[in-house]
Amino acid sequence: MSGTATMTPPVVRRERVLGRDVSRPDGVPKVRGEFAFSSDLWAEGMLWGRILRSPHPSARIRSIDPSGAWRVPGVRAVLLAEDVPGQPTYGLEHADQPVFASQVVRHVGEPVAAVAADHPETARLAASAIRVDYEVLEPLVDPEAAILAPPIHPDGNVFRHLTIRHGDPSRRGEVSVEGTYEVGMQDQAFMGPESGLAIPGEDGGVDLYVSTQWLHVDRSQVAACLGLPEEKVRLHLAGVGGAFGAREDVSLQVHICLLALATRRPVKIVYSREESFFGHVHRHPARLWLRHQADREGRLVTVEAKVVLDGGAYASSSTAVISNASCFVTGPYVVPNALVEGWAVRTNNPPCGAMRGFGAVQACFGYEAQMDKLAAAVGLDPVEMRLRNALAHGDQLITGQVLRGAAPVAEVIRACAATPLPGPPVTDGPGSMALPGGAGRTAQPGRVRRGVGFAVGYKNLMYSEGFDDYSTARCRLERGLVTITCAAAEVGQGFVTLAHQIAREVLGVDQVVLAPAETSSIGSAGSTSASRQTWMSGGAVAEACRAVARKAVEVAARRLGHPGLELVEGEVVAEGGGLRVPLAEAVGDEVIEETVTYRHPGTSPLDPDGQGDAHVSFAFAAHRAVVDVDLDLGLVRVVEVATAQDVGRVLHPLQVTGQIEGGIAQGVGLAVMEEIVLEEGRVKNPSFTDYLIPTALDMPEVRIGGLIEEPEPGAPFGAKGVGEPPTISSTPAVVAAIRAATGLELSRVPVRPQDIALAAVG
Amino acid sequence: MTVTVAASLDEVLEVLEARPGAEILAGGTDFMVEVNFGHRRPRSVVCVSRLPELRGWREEGGELVLGAGLTYTEMMLPPLAERLPALAQAARTVGSPQIRNAGTLGGNLATASPAGDTLPVLAALDAVVVLRRWGGERRMPVGEFLVGPKRTALLPGEVVTEARVPVGLASGPPAVCQEFLKVGTRNAMVIAVASVALVVDWVGRRVRCALGSAGPAPIRAREAEARAESSMDWEGRRLAAADLDAFGHLAGEAARPIDDHRSTASYRRHAVTVCARRALERAMAGPGWTA
Amino acid sequence: MDGLTSYRLKVNGTERQVEGAWAGESLLFVLRERLGLPGSKNACEQGECGSCSVLVDGVLVCSCLVLAASAVGTEVVTVEGLGAGGTLSFVQEAFVAEGAVQCGFCTPGLVVAVHDLLERNPDPSDLEVREAISGNLCRCTGYGRILAAVRGAQERRRSGTTPGGGLGLGSGPPSSPATPRETRG
Repeated sequence: MSGTATMTPPVVRRERVLGRDVSRPDGVPKVRGEFAFSSDLWAEGMLWGRILRSPHPSARIRSIDPSGAWRVPGVRAVLLAEDVPGQPTYGLEHADQPVFASQVVRHVGEPVAAVAADHPETARLAASAIRVDYEVLEPLVDPEAAILAPPIHPDGNVFRHLTIRHGDPSRRGEVSVEGTYEVGMQDQAFMGPESGLAIPGEDGGVDLYVSTQWLHVDRSQVAACLGLPEEKVRLHLAGVGGAFGAREDVSLQVHICLLALATRRPVKIVYSREESFFGHVHRHPARLWLRHQADREGRLVTVEAKVVLDGGAYASSSTAVISNASCFVTGPYVVPNALVEGWAVRTNNPPCGAMRGFGAVQACFGYEAQMDKLAAAVGLDPVEMRLRNALAHGDQLITGQVLRGAAPVAEVIRACAATPLPGPPVTDGPGSMALPGGAGRTAQPGRVRRGVGFAVGYKNLMYSEGFDDYSTARCRLERGLVTITCAAAEVGQGFVTLAHQIAREVLGVDQVVLAPAETSSIGSAGSTSASRQTWMSGGAVAEACRAVARKAVEVAARRLGHPGLELVEGEVVAEGGGLRVPLAEAVGDEVIEETVTYRHPGTSPLDPDGQGDAHVSFAFAAHRAVVDVDLDLGLVRVVEVATAQDVGRVLHPLQVTGQIEGGIAQGVGLAVMEEIVLEEGRVKNPSFTDYLIPTALDMPEVRIGGLIEEPEPGAPFGAKGVGEPPTISSTPAVVAAIRAATGLELSRVPVRPQDIALAAVG
Repeated sequence: MTVTVAASLDEVLEVLEARPGAEILAGGTDFMVEVNFGHRRPRSVVCVSRLPELRGWREEGGELVLGAGLTYTEMMLPPLAERLPALAQAARTVGSPQIRNAGTLGGNLATASPAGDTLPVLAALDAVVVLRRWGGERRMPVGEFLVGPKRTALLPGEVVTEARVPVGLASGPPAVCQEFLKVGTRNAMVIAVASVALVVDWVGRRVRCALGSAGPAPIRAREAEARAESSMDWEGRRLAAADLDAFGHLAGEAARPIDDHRSTASYRRHAVTVCARRALERAMAGPGWTA
Repeated sequence: MDGLTSYRLKVNGTERQVEGAWAGESLLFVLRERLGLPGSKNACEQGECGSCSVLVDGVLVCSCLVLAASAVGTEVVTVEGLGAGGTLSFVQEAFVAEGAVQCGFCTPGLVVAVHDLLERNPDPSDLEVREAISGNLCRCTGYGRILAAVRGAQERRRSGTTPGGGLGLGSGPPSSPATPRETRG
């Protein structure tokens, strides 16, 4: 039986499991090295696939000669664009990305051919033996120039241009500050590179074991390109080594299936780290211009903004990212008047798309710098400046949407600001590891200055702008054992823990098994992104379990011949306490199974003025960073990041802490070290040697000053997603702290040593 | 590809003689990266990491003899770390503990990366590199051995077996003060953007300063050295602030840095200037190495 | 591709035969693809992430940087060789209990690195721990819970009753769900 549910009043009485640190169900296999990630898979007779990629950011393909690859002993397949039987292109929102380039290449790393061979080294040799004759073209790499430049793709260069007009943007305040800001290209840099295993089926279909964020949307794209009906393409979630947005788009899925179908043998592809940098989308580099006007008391009057995001060569999720960057570019503040223009454009740079924070990160770096400038101009403390303008329940956003949910912005600001500051660094003299420069021991204590910075950020939860966003879950109760089936992608965040907790909580049972996530037996769970799975798939699991609970009570009533029963903590009880039977016993041999499709309340598209109830819910966080800066060398040590976050409700304290600390790590990385360096469309640092992410010696102490638990109306158990807010305002907080230590403007992230040292000599 | 795990140095030399083009695999921390990425396909590999002749260090005559198989982790251990604190400090900045357990002095020399962390230290120590081949041996100053980026004077058939440091420079503080400072954009596990090695010999009244990641190979900042030697109050261990500044600036001027994706030439020069001054200041203040 | 070779490796106490391997294969590749030990992970293959950390003759190294054919005659211990008799080591137990595991891709390498650290230094300071694991990149956790797990493992060792210390017995694993291994073998 199947049904659609939105909200049901909770059946739960006293929560035994939610809110507690129950063990991750996959924790033990992971610490033992027994958990099978997509790169660990193996099948008898398996071949190895490899992709040949474009070395040029822009070129015309004159010819491709694959004969050299065929001459390598051990090669079983060599595939080009002409070998794609179905749709030649794919894409999350717009199918504008070729499976293999055939006439032109639009970015470095664009796939041109694929080979399968009996050993990875053979596959490598074969791929390099394919001769591609390129006519190299001048790449289009400037996103602002791209708006008016001749199109580099039939669909044009502007993925989306939107305007948000709110109130009367001509209104002027007594104080005005203006700035331009730039955000470099960040990589998700998950640890487990793209990988998968495709096994051809007897029915002409294919089974694909892959790490992804959304099995069903991958399946649609893969099936279209293979020219197969969706039911013949069966996707199974293999262990996912982190995602952070980089697995929203298809990478090797189509290629690996094509190779398996062509060779009739299982094929495995594992990207190298370098290939991973070319094989997935990145965080959009951004340029922002902002002008803030306020009255003498520091109350915002008007904000004007222009945002340009470089989407790179293909659309990916650019249209949604620019929507977020534009909607949230005035911050979690009451802004009566606003005029915002946003562009996401196509260039010959690497494609960009989803990364944790999804447009809100770039916006926050700009607006929080502006709030500090405004505070200085008005003569207010930065924290007071933010409190004075903080959004609250009932306030209106610049999109006209009224905040109907929990919006404890002032609370997160106060809780974060009230966190005690750390003491001075404990050093063992000059060059201490605890000072900026770390192991290089460059610091001179007298030339190290401390700075403190504050920032607040927010973001939407779930999909927006009228998207039909849903999740599906099944609950099956059989002899006391509960089996939950849901295709939600576990990417490390701990949904598997939560699903267990919810099932145990709702049904009061302890024996819960989570069936493998795959596409054949259950409908879509939507993407593991947009901080949505706790709400959406958590909601679907909860509703499926509640449906089973209701059915179980009916069954028990029939079997026991006793009306007026209810399920309380795993026991079927009669009102008044005349009967008390464990659930398993009460339903006997009967198998109860319910499948539920869960939707959040609907949203609307934005109108031509950017107005509309486009978002479901929002989450807020504040960060205060403390940094030590070597004034002469420009090296920064982030000493501590304090935070308070609007979480709705804590369902698993350790996992919330883990999301907060992990999100802050990525925010700190963007602030001081992480950037894909481009030169004329070429990536200069596609390796972990040169794309630097924080090590244990770079990661500051994280002090959680407050988890604000104001239950979100409409959210299952009142809980909000917690993964993204930590990444949003941690970056501007760190940069504000560096500004405080150095007095420099620092309008670009990551802040490089030379940005400080060469500006502030002396 | 054939792989020979050599049991003795003689066996290595024999293989190198018998199979022209055979390549030497030491700790593997550079070599294997190239193999894994398909950039290196030697027909023949000779593994030297377990050779007893290349392991460890010893004092011999007037020299401290560092085996080519000395790992970075071993460089960080006393008593060697107390005698060559700059080498210990440089070793500590190399990669990660895993890399330091595997990577060797000989490998750092033979790879000859401009960012090789021990190389400026060896240059500042006036180290002599010992090269062996079947039936012969050559010795040359490290500055002659390192010809350019990833280029050395090593001839086919030769293997780096030792680096020799004058024992007088390995007596530790207070007689000899050594410093190594390395600038990178991360607190650990980072390729040097710039580095400075400094050896102040209070007995011999000499200052030796070498720069890393500031040119195609380590650069000795001779003018800076001379300036510090001439202006130093050797008895009082003092140097005027202006002379410290001058030392830093002369070191910076000696740099021949480039712009690349890791940094800019101007920042590298600036970083050398700052680090050289700080190194000298510390060398005058006291012992540099604290474990 | 030339130069196929055969040799024996001693891994987790057992002699294993490697047949017809390309001589350029790393120890990591051979462990994962030839010996059925995929616990050591492949995240960078250049020694920059620590996910493939193993012990070779008791020394912590990146197995991606060890030429497998050169490891003949050594004793290799991988994450699969930690713990004893199907139970968790103190370190593994602490990683689970303290929330140090998210996606888990860095976890095996970190578990091996922390074992090595605590064997050499049973009572490291916070800075020593951070330096010791600075070669093990984690992208999920921000290291906070990992550092907590190291402290937890220190405490478990200190108060533990098991002889032998670091590779000591834990309290036994909780029931683990099916892992997606159907495709293996």
